[in-house]
Amino acid sequence: MELYRLTIHELRHLLDRREVSAEEVTRSVLERIRKWEPRIGAYLSVLEEAATEEARHFDQRQSWREPALLAGVPVAVKDVICTKGIRTTCGSRILRNFVPPFDATVMAHLRGAGAILLGKTNMDEFAMGSSTENSAFGPTRNPWNPAFIPGGSSGGSAAAVAADECVAALGSDTGGSIRQPASHCGVVGLKPTYGRVSRFGLVAFASSLDQIGPFTKDITDAALMMNVIAGYDRRDSTSVPVEVPDYRDSLVGGLRGITIGIPREYFGEGLDSQVEAAVRAAIRVLEGRGARCVDVSLPHTEYGVAAYYIVAPAEASSNLARYDGVKYGFRHPASRDSLMEMYQKSRSAGFGPEVRRRIMLGTYVLSAGYYEAYYKKASQVRTLIRKDFLETFKVCHVLVTPVAPTPAFALGEKADDPLQMYLSDVFTLPASLAGIPGLSLPCGLSSKGLPIGLQILAPHFQEGLTLRVGYNFEQETDFHRRCPPE
Amino acid sequence: MKITPEEVEHVARLARLEVSPDEKEELTRQMNRILQYVEKLNELDTTGVSSTSHAIDLENAFRDDAVEASLSRDVSLENAPESNGAEFVVPRII
Repeated sequence: MELYRLTIHELRHLLDRREVSAEEVTRSVLERIRKWEPRIGAYLSVLEEAATEEARHFDQRQSWREPALLAGVPVAVKDVICTKGIRTTCGSRILRNFVPPFDATVMAHLRGAGAILLGKTNMDEFAMGSSTENSAFGPTRNPWNPAFIPGGSSGGSAAAVAADECVAALGSDTGGSIRQPASHCGVVGLKPTYGRVSRFGLVAFASSLDQIGPFTKDITDAALMMNVIAGYDRRDSTSVPVEVPDYRDSLVGGLRGITIGIPREYFGEGLDSQVEAAVRAAIRVLEGRGARCVDVSLPHTEYGVAAYYIVAPAEASSNLARYDGVKYGFRHPASRDSLMEMYQKSRSAGFGPEVRRRIMLGTYVLSAGYYEAYYKKASQVRTLIRKDFLETFKVCHVLVTPVAPTPAFALGEKADDPLQMYLSDVFTLPASLAGIPGLSLPCGLSSKGLPIGLQILAPHFQEGLTLRVGYNFEQETDFHRRCPPE
Repeated sequence: MKITPEEVEHVARLARLEVSPDEKEELTRQMNRILQYVEKLNELDTTGVSSTSHAIDLENAFRDDAVEASLSRDVSLENAPESNGAEFVVPRII
């Protein structure tokens, strides 16, 4: 088998026994990038020389200090995560030339574990979008069929993993931006509990929702990536000092004693029949592994989209106020005379339409006279959504649902209708608002040959449970081994 | 209509954004559609419901008030659109 096809744990075995060198692995993946990039455009920058050099450096070392779970493994990182000395654009014209002077905490963890950075992946501008069409540098396409979107906002990371253009990748999830592209590209994606992974060095979109997580080729790799990136960080005041388990301990056979909740609100109107069939079949597989299923209700599900599209734009409008053309980022050249004009011209030319729209929405809902009607109301509804989950987890261990109501849609299909685009996030937003972990894993293919994903939700800090359920599903199926047509 | 073109212009000013007449019209239409949709929240009685600002309950995150290493001036200025080597340069404001 070609080296670029292998998972982290398969490579770990070969690399540790020196049966292959990191340079061979890296060259194989770089060759793959050269072949596939013209078709899908997953990367914004590829660090060909630096990656090859790092790989050579690894091969020359005799031993690694523990833990070196990713030693010699080439990975990609979403371009919203700061990388020291490496351009970090957030898919935006306003940060086109921004070179961070520091590494994000997760980046430092990846380097500490010996990972080789291949490049930075494409995304919807500032992670605002569900299709990666909002990138200032052009869209990413779905490796399974380039006429379709890869999902978003972490579409570049998902597509890169699906096309074997990297072994694993990092993305970020604010309202589904890891789970939905993972689902559309047929790979594993995990949004950890809010506060589980440090956000230090993650360019902020909506600070009470943003969370970094892995994209991988299978569940075992997701556990390995979580072992590397999870944990408290004093530089992120919202990271939570809860002990991090060894996620490999979750990879155990059998689901006897596990109760799975099937929330009825996730199987109603608007759910594509092929998606429903694939998810229901997956549930039967999990029952076959010993899990017991119960019907449950999360009555406030239908309010998730409305609450999210107040909270997230409000936080974004505040976070993005920092792009003023003074300390970093784009400054409009024709604005030398007035500070106000400099702000307005730089921000208007620097931000794309969706980002401007969300800044406008956020500014409006926070403006004098509207705060109570919108932001406060949405924050209260957020409490109700969170309580729905906490109540439900009294009668089941995990919830199993679809990730997205349909498989990937065509490029351009929803580009002119922001509200339609927002509504496609209906099954991922509630977990984001509640801060609970969510795993997406491939569970089928549509008649058009597009992947379908299964979402597994668990209580706060129970990422391990989602991995355990996902691992059991993988033992019975081969969806995680399927690859896009060559 | 929830928001008028004049209000859109006002909000744009607050957000330090310029909007062309065409854009103003389109934004008014799109924002109205979204704001009408989020009206849905008013179906719910939230009297007495507390707000969630963060999903995880955390006490204040304190740290020692100790001086630590930070970025040097040179490094801090490296990404500046305009600097004089010691400071960020902006248009005259007084």
